[in-house]
Amino acid sequence: MSRKAETDATKGILTAPYVLEYSYTRSTGPVLGRFFSGLRDKKIEGIRVADGRVLVPPVETDPVTGDELDEFVQVGEIGTVTACSWLAEPRAEHPLDKPFAWALVQLDGADTGLLHAVDCGSAENLEVGSRVEVSWRDERHGFITDIECFRLLGD
Amino acid sequence: MRDVAVVSFAQAPNLRSDRERNEVEIVMPVVREALDSVGLEQSDIGFTVSGSCDYLTGVPFSFVMALDAVGAWPPIEESHVEMDGAWALYEAWVRLQHGDIDAALIYSFGKTSLTDLDKVMSCQLDPYTLMPLWPGAISLAGLQASAMLAAGTVSEADMAAVASHSREAAQGTPEIPEAEGPADVDDLLSRPRVAHPLREHDIAPATDGAAAIVLVAGDRAAEVCDKPAWISGIDHRVDTHAPGNRDLTTCPSARMAGERADVGRSHIEVAEVYAPFSHQELLLASELGLGDGVDVNPSGGALAGHTFMVAGLARIGEAARRIHDGTATRVLGHATAGPCLQQNLVCVMEAAR
Repeated sequence: MSRKAETDATKGILTAPYVLEYSYTRSTGPVLGRFFSGLRDKKIEGIRVADGRVLVPPVETDPVTGDELDEFVQVGEIGTVTACSWLAEPRAEHPLDKPFAWALVQLDGADTGLLHAVDCGSAENLEVGSRVEVSWRDERHGFITDIECFRLLGD
Repeated sequence: MRDVAVVSFAQAPNLRSDRERNEVEIVMPVVREALDSVGLEQSDIGFTVSGSCDYLTGVPFSFVMALDAVGAWPPIEESHVEMDGAWALYEAWVRLQHGDIDAALIYSFGKTSLTDLDKVMSCQLDPYTLMPLWPGAISLAGLQASAMLAAGTVSEADMAAVASHSREAAQGTPEIPEAEGPADVDDLLSRPRVAHPLREHDIAPATDGAAAIVLVAGDRAAEVCDKPAWISGIDHRVDTHAPGNRDLTTCPSARMAGERADVGRSHIEVAEVYAPFSHQELLLASELGLGDGVDVNPSGGALAGHTFMVAGLARIGEAARRIHDGTATRVLGHATAGPCLQQNLVCVMEAAR
């Protein structure tokens, strides 16, 4: 769209388009970049920290020691819910357009919780300790939303 | 370290929607009251610092306009933090340590009714792994409550008891004119959940408001105030950014800030902790070592009225007020920021210098 001011000859009103946007892109860097590329290929990778734990999503530096991290570890697509909270009225920008649960999911092989939506029908169907599995989007672009949501294992 | 005291505190009523006034109009009388009560003018203030959130208005640098409330001419030395006013107070305390000025004015304001606070607070999250999902602050707090309930560190009745106390304490106060009606624990537990496991009483109502504090250093504090609230310890700490990388049933940053502010040196009589969710008051009391003999949130706390960016500064002010009126000799003010009590500030104040 032209950003040049235009004159409406008939009404004499000056108009100009106004586009509100961030006109730059950011790099996600070597660690999150690899994590997101993995999601595109249906692969979830965490990173190992000094005390042996595997963090998912991975981070560039050890939250305790501050050391740089580089030991990637692939984790499972199935995990255990460590915390959950029901959302009765989703907004347009939320991952699902029907009521769902937010959860921290500790994927098998990981030691931390990945935040995402769980499509489980009602609040009563999900609790701390529930087992859930990833539901991938058909089209994936290297974003956290490549995971559409989690579903109860066996659903 | 230079001795610094809270010598005055003023707070606007926390209203669900202050439709009549803009931010400047909310801040101005509060600043005036804080200065007048200790007989100071803006010209006596060596450093002015504010805390607010531009995301509430959706306007970059909107905090600059609020300077009209203090008068920026002749030029003043001034700063701003995009945080709760409690962190502005911390900056002022550090500034007073330089030794060349004796008085600082801190104010903060939040007009949450202009926006959807729960949605705005998604914007403070990690922009790659969290924010694209838009989990609101209420949902994240719900995750924390569920983890605490599952671990057995709190019960739903404990949480309702916090809410019941908050409602009762806030009744009839000028600070919370729209307090929810009193309700006992059984009554609250019979009500529906709104964000399982949270019920409405577990979630602070968002409000509009402002607060101001004057800090004065050294002998000058005792000249302007009969009973200065001397800051004996102040510290703030932060936990890792991703809620999923934390054990949400604990709050190491609050514990560490409390230790470094020397909370445990002797008995705390009154503690005002910034807990916008009921379970968080219980977690903070545990991490700060506030036992049975401590009067926690006698004002009703943020759970009765949550003015974003103000609630932390107001906690310090409410605690200091108990020193000013002579009803306590050692008090604690606490502020938090970030999801699920990620960042915590502790300020211990005493009647004795």
